[in-house]
Amino acid sequence: MKAFGVTFRHGVHPPDSKELTNHLPVRRLPFPERIALPLRQHAGKPARCLVSPGDRVERGDKIAASDGFVSVPIHASAAGTVAAIDWWPHPDGSLTETVLIDVERHSPQIPRPRSVPHWDGLAPSEVRAAVQEAGVVGLGGAAFPTHVKLSPPEDTPIEWLLVNGAECEPYLTTDHRTMVEYPERVHFGIRIMMQCLGVERAVIGVEKNKPDAIEALERTTPEDLDVSVLPLTVKYPQGAEKMLIQVVTGREVPSGKLPMHVGAVVQNVGSIATIAEVFETGLPLIERVVTVTGPGVVRPSNLIVPVGAMLSDVLDFCGGLTEDAVEIVFGGPMMGTSQPDLRTPLIKGTTGVVVLTHAEVKPKRTYPCIKCGHCLDACPVFLNPSQLGILAQAGRYEEMEALHLGDCMLCGCCSYVCPSNIPLSQMFALSRSALRKRQVA
Amino acid sequence: MESRRFELTASPHIKGPDTTPTIMWSVVISLLPVLVFAIYWFGPSAALVITSATLGCVLTERMFGPGGTLRDGSAAITGLLLGLTLPPGIPLWMAFVGGVIAIGLGKLVFGGLGQNVFNPALLGRAMLQAAFPDDMTAWPAATGRWADLRGDNFALPFMSADEAVMVTGATPLGQMKFEQIPTETIDLFLGATSGSTGETAAFVILVGGVYLALRKHLNWRIPVSILLTVAVLSQIVHVIAPDRYPGALFMLFSGGLMLGAWYMATDMVTSPTTNGGCWLYGLGIGTLVVVIRFWGGLPEGVMYAILLMNALVPFINRATQPRVFGTGREAVVS
Repeated sequence: MKAFGVTFRHGVHPPDSKELTNHLPVRRLPFPERIALPLRQHAGKPARCLVSPGDRVERGDKIAASDGFVSVPIHASAAGTVAAIDWWPHPDGSLTETVLIDVERHSPQIPRPRSVPHWDGLAPSEVRAAVQEAGVVGLGGAAFPTHVKLSPPEDTPIEWLLVNGAECEPYLTTDHRTMVEYPERVHFGIRIMMQCLGVERAVIGVEKNKPDAIEALERTTPEDLDVSVLPLTVKYPQGAEKMLIQVVTGREVPSGKLPMHVGAVVQNVGSIATIAEVFETGLPLIERVVTVTGPGVVRPSNLIVPVGAMLSDVLDFCGGLTEDAVEIVFGGPMMGTSQPDLRTPLIKGTTGVVVLTHAEVKPKRTYPCIKCGHCLDACPVFLNPSQLGILAQAGRYEEMEALHLGDCMLCGCCSYVCPSNIPLSQMFALSRSALRKRQVA
Repeated sequence: MESRRFELTASPHIKGPDTTPTIMWSVVISLLPVLVFAIYWFGPSAALVITSATLGCVLTERMFGPGGTLRDGSAAITGLLLGLTLPPGIPLWMAFVGGVIAIGLGKLVFGGLGQNVFNPALLGRAMLQAAFPDDMTAWPAATGRWADLRGDNFALPFMSADEAVMVTGATPLGQMKFEQIPTETIDLFLGATSGSTGETAAFVILVGGVYLALRKHLNWRIPVSILLTVAVLSQIVHVIAPDRYPGALFMLFSGGLMLGAWYMATDMVTSPTTNGGCWLYGLGIGTLVVVIRFWGGLPEGVMYAILLMNALVPFINRATQPRVFGTGREAVVS
């Protein structure tokens, strides 16, 4: 199978800074004393809580059920006792209803015996049900429930399964290590997904700065499936769904439509490995690979972290923070969110913890827009951020909508290149929510 | 660790290397060779004129600007560029007034950096041209010692230059237009001709411009589009009437075209933001330059060509908005 190209138009080239952790094998974080499991860890409706304070839970027990189709259950990531159900800091900056579990100190943390479904005999609907029941979401950051992507409508044929191993965010090596250390698992997950979707072709897109991952995946490619590894140009946001689809298939996802409308389903390698695990061990999504890195961390590491482990425990295990650490980001530095509170848990969608120092986050003076046009050359969806920024400052949100504000992916390329340090992508995020409020009112 | 406070900022949390001041100061740095050549060729007069224009700009920005804006370097650029487009023999007080007008009327009244419609340096120059037509077209002859002043630089304020002080000559464009005397291309290329302080050395300007283009501090499409248009159009006319109209090489390296194409038309604030728009804008400037030089009343038309196209930039921008990803013919719905 020949791919259409190796990269997309526009985008930016931040230093990838992956050398801190890209060679480090994944280690396990010891179980912390307490874990915090927010009921909202996925895009869609929050899960419905099933436990009450004082309940004992085993590792892997369901503590919250999915509430509707676009929703997934949440499972206990460690054995222990439910201490409280309370409002707790969430990575998105809010306080969210959270199940707090005191972890049993001497428990072997062995999950209850469970039956493992044999994937080959299952109908697609049964595979989807098993994936939803295991709480699987996209592990690339957006945490969109995976079973929804596996359920395209009857009249929308899917031709391609695109496996996203681009990992274009600087610093992060989560997907990189997954591909290097568990390539067979990735391929097994691809096999299950291809069967469930009924597609013939799968392409794994990996940026060229991960040659060992490309090598590992090519070495383990099964003979009987049309699966190929596509090395991609190192450029941000190469891993954005629309960019990856355009590179592989040559098709642009129409404005306002979904990848399936051009016959593609995109899934992150981490999620695919998780699906494989579900059908290998029967275990739901209760732990994930996380990169803890940045110049502000004493010992940058790649870790397997139980979902719900708190930031302070994770940082302590990595040797703590350096003197000059000033900002902690969940996710990559381009799209991640800063965390002010060390009690915040790492959840299903947390791809990494990046700690930045004064050198990276110097307060920078803002200048007026000088119309240099660098943002137009950076925007991967060909918007005019300069114009949108002027409209945003004037509160002219309806005009922004007409200029395709809705197509902005908030990737941050425009803010990254802006020589006047205008916080463009932040302004666009705010404009969108302001517009929504206006339209509701 | 518990008591530490952390920054809370919006993404992206890292920033690219360019800032507005670094772009502006790199333009200033790229102009240094042009300055050196101007002083080498026109002597102390060039240094005096450029300094006066720059002082006019910087002092106006300092006194009437929003404060703290000198460090962004944009007033210094305007001053240098204005100085480089003035005749070396012009009275210094006129150069200073030109600087005051460039920043005051060209930039500050519009709302400061980023808001102006016209290139401030050219606006200042246009005002001088209107107010002092004689002094703005008194070109020194290319003779005499290096240390000699090239005109009555020290004329008192509100006085015109004493014409007896200077030996005037003509620019290559003037000679061509009014007397049909061509100039050697090599002299034009190296700058050994008469003209404004900084416009004669095509070669030196080219080096600075290419440096900026490589650093992406100017959009290369603008100079390329201007120069291509001028070359093609003038060559066509030249082939039709070779003795009346000069050819492409003469047109490219004479007058203020190089300085205008690389440094004036590329002013980020007053040029289009879209790449398609930059091609169109350059095409317009190039066409106007040829039209004014060949059929207008003036020997040179770069300044008016750029100012005219500056006025059209908002329309060019609107007409050349990029096609949004997933819209138009490229978007296929299966």
